[in-house]
Amino acid sequence: MSRLILGPFNRVEGDLEVQLEVTDGRVTEARVNAPMFRGFELILNGRDPMDALSIAPRICGICSVSQSVAAAKALADASGVVVPPNGMHAINLMLACENFADHLTHFYLFFMPDFTRAVYAARPWFREAERRFAALAGSTSNGGLRSRAALAARARWFELIGTLGGKWPHTGAVLPGGTSRAIETTERIRLLARVREMRAFLEQTLFGTALEEVATLDSLAALQRWRARAAGSDMALFLDLAEATQLTNLGPGPGRYLSYGAYARFEGGHALARGVWDAALQQGLPLDPTQISEDARHAWYAESTSAQALHPMAGLTQPEPDKPGAYSWNKAPRLGSQVVETGAIARQLVDGQPLIRAAVLAHGGTVYTRVLARLLEMARILPLMEQWLLALQPHAPFHAVQAQPEQAQGIGLTEAARGALGHWLRIENGRIAHYQIVAPTSWNFSPRDAAGTPGALEAALVGARLDNAIEGAGGQSVAVQHIVRSFDPCMVCTVH
Amino acid sequence: MALNVLWLQSGGCGGCSMSLLCADTTDFPALLRSNGIRLLWHPALSLAGEQDLIQLLERCLAGQLQLDALCIEGALLRGPQGTGRFHRLAGTGVAMTDWVRRLAGVAAHVVAVGSCAAWGGITTAGRNPTDACGLQYEDDQPGGLLGTDFRAGAGLPVINIAGCPTHPGWVLDTLMMLAAHQLTEEDLDPLGRPRFYADQLVHHACTRNEYYEYKASAAKPTDLGCLMENMGCKGTQAHADCNTRLWNGDGSCLRGGFACINCTAPGFQSPGHPFHITPKLAGIPIGLPVDMPKAWFVALASLSKSATPRRVKVNSHSDHVVLPPVARKTRLR
Ligand code: SF4
Ligand code: SF4
Repeated sequence: MSRLILGPFNRVEGDLEVQLEVTDGRVTEARVNAPMFRGFELILNGRDPMDALSIAPRICGICSVSQSVAAAKALADASGVVVPPNGMHAINLMLACENFADHLTHFYLFFMPDFTRAVYAARPWFREAERRFAALAGSTSNGGLRSRAALAARARWFELIGTLGGKWPHTGAVLPGGTSRAIETTERIRLLARVREMRAFLEQTLFGTALEEVATLDSLAALQRWRARAAGSDMALFLDLAEATQLTNLGPGPGRYLSYGAYARFEGGHALARGVWDAALQQGLPLDPTQISEDARHAWYAESTSAQALHPMAGLTQPEPDKPGAYSWNKAPRLGSQVVETGAIARQLVDGQPLIRAAVLAHGGTVYTRVLARLLEMARILPLMEQWLLALQPHAPFHAVQAQPEQAQGIGLTEAARGALGHWLRIENGRIAHYQIVAPTSWNFSPRDAAGTPGALEAALVGARLDNAIEGAGGQSVAVQHIVRSFDPCMVCTVH
Repeated sequence: MALNVLWLQSGGCGGCSMSLLCADTTDFPALLRSNGIRLLWHPALSLAGEQDLIQLLERCLAGQLQLDALCIEGALLRGPQGTGRFHRLAGTGVAMTDWVRRLAGVAAHVVAVGSCAAWGGITTAGRNPTDACGLQYEDDQPGGLLGTDFRAGAGLPVINIAGCPTHPGWVLDTLMMLAAHQLTEEDLDPLGRPRFYADQLVHHACTRNEYYEYKASAAKPTDLGCLMENMGCKGTQAHADCNTRLWNGDGSCLRGGFACINCTAPGFQSPGHPFHITPKLAGIPIGLPVDMPKAWFVALASLSKSATPRRVKVNSHSDHVVLPPVARKTRLR
């Protein structure tokens, strides 16, 4: 047995360290450490409740709109304000713009470049992978044509938030009562033009077919038929590479999936449903948010006097950097004491998308199905955005005024690209008296809990084969890289 | 000879990197290369990580690899008790503050990307739980991690591309000036910010300027009026070109309907009042335009309020133009 410490990982958001125990070339145990702590929950204490709208987005530069939405929802829950339909559409548009961009960035800049690593140099597809997906810095190759095109398309895409929210990251336009920016008819047309540009990019480059053909794929057989039609597209190449490198078996998750529901509807509910999916039972379950807790046994924080995992409305954030047995700044979130996975794969499973349900039934929640779910979600999000834009009513309100109460509490649950994001707050004497955040990667990259149960990534890494040739040089196992990045982790959110 | 740039992140949100990737260009890597900028390593854009990065850092420290610009994003976390353990660089067990101190010692230029790296930024808010600071400032006090007297190899103090996040154009212009050997001490303002953007005010070219002139002020979110009197806007004091060099093609905070919180300035994170409300004394905003004596402001405001055209007054309290400007005969008079 040998022990490896891996990190820093790049092409993930923030800093990440993974400790592995390896026997006969396979991982037998993993511990995941989020090595950076800033203390946003402490920073928010004592502030005017509305200050959360300026402070919370700055938890994360890659999903700042999601953080804004969670804060605004918690404040709306506290004040009881009702967002008018225009405001809801505008917030959904900004949230979808960001989530979509994250999937695009993840695929082209974070995940696919791993196929251009030296370990794959002898593979027949290597040159093509380099031509399309070579990393954009530090490599001498002139490749990465598709990644560069995606980066340019992404910059243009964010003009949507430029108009709707003034700037990205860190807009202040998302408010408990709606948005601060009313959209005029002509602006709506301009925004639609941006969305259509992205549609053209996806249909020419990523999918090679109409979005709707991808969005409505309903079985593995249909996926294979589509793949033949769309040969040459980046998603078809991903399917080829996934087959060649057996991503279908790599990095299985816990088999329980959580989604808070994405894109709220005025009439109630969400465009992508809320709930829990149990893959073993092949069954959806309702979500009970009172069952959420954060266990701090192996995190560098003081524990509750009862040593029980606390619900976020009672949660604690007291750094204890010398605590014995702790190895991460991340607490261990649990749902009814169980480990769950969150992200696009969870949203699609909970929402009942048939291809993703079939793929998970056949292969489990692995590197392959996580990436597939993200690609499929992109094809589903963009047409929704077209609908929201067309539903905007010129000169109807985007915002409802409502003062914050002196005493209240509120919960804001939303979906970031990486999954379930929740804010829990209490207001006392007109000030924030309590604030707790549980981010998507807090779930996925949690440390062990008091019962010793490893988090989702910790378990997913077990069984991964290390490349013998490079194990000695710091264990740069490409399998580990694939597994880690398949979650699209965001470490700055995780610890906040 | 290319400008060798090393980009590291510590106590921040990664948003300045994400903002950089919004740069207005059709081919980002080509833009860098054609301007003589070589990214030795960037957290979001490099293939190599782990041991490769650590070896790269060691080579820079040993002088085997010329480090021209060390770009740091995020605050420097000195706690707990000065150990820097709130951020240890993964895989090394060594505090990021130690890595940054050592690397700054061999870099020709040290660049703070964003307000966190410049002053400590949002991370220092409240009781500053991690004892965060900037590279050469702690809020508006010179010092920070590297100390008041620090000069990088080429002679400049830390270059503070402040902003939360920073604008991609501010970063690229700075790096391009460094690559062209065209950034001198005269190009930095007294806080070390590049003057090409810090000599501007956010108020310049704000679409609400006509409302400002007449003190026709917004009273609630989505109102078109000026955000200074009631809604917390610091655009008349904020050093940045956000309304002339737009964000994401089409935006600025003001165009998005919310106040400028002066994110390029030290201390913006804790203004001593709620961000969205203008603090006033006897009905007069405390934060007045930078070079305006209070008596003048009061006199001008009451004069301009009495002269506000009806169109401006009505529109300032609406979320769209209710009264358009009157179309006059176009023949010259
Ligand atoms: S909103 Fe702010 S920046 Fe715009 S005109 Fe008013 S004071 Fe100036
Ligand atoms: S308008 Fe003000 S708060 Fe907004 S980005 Fe510019 S300087 Fe920062």
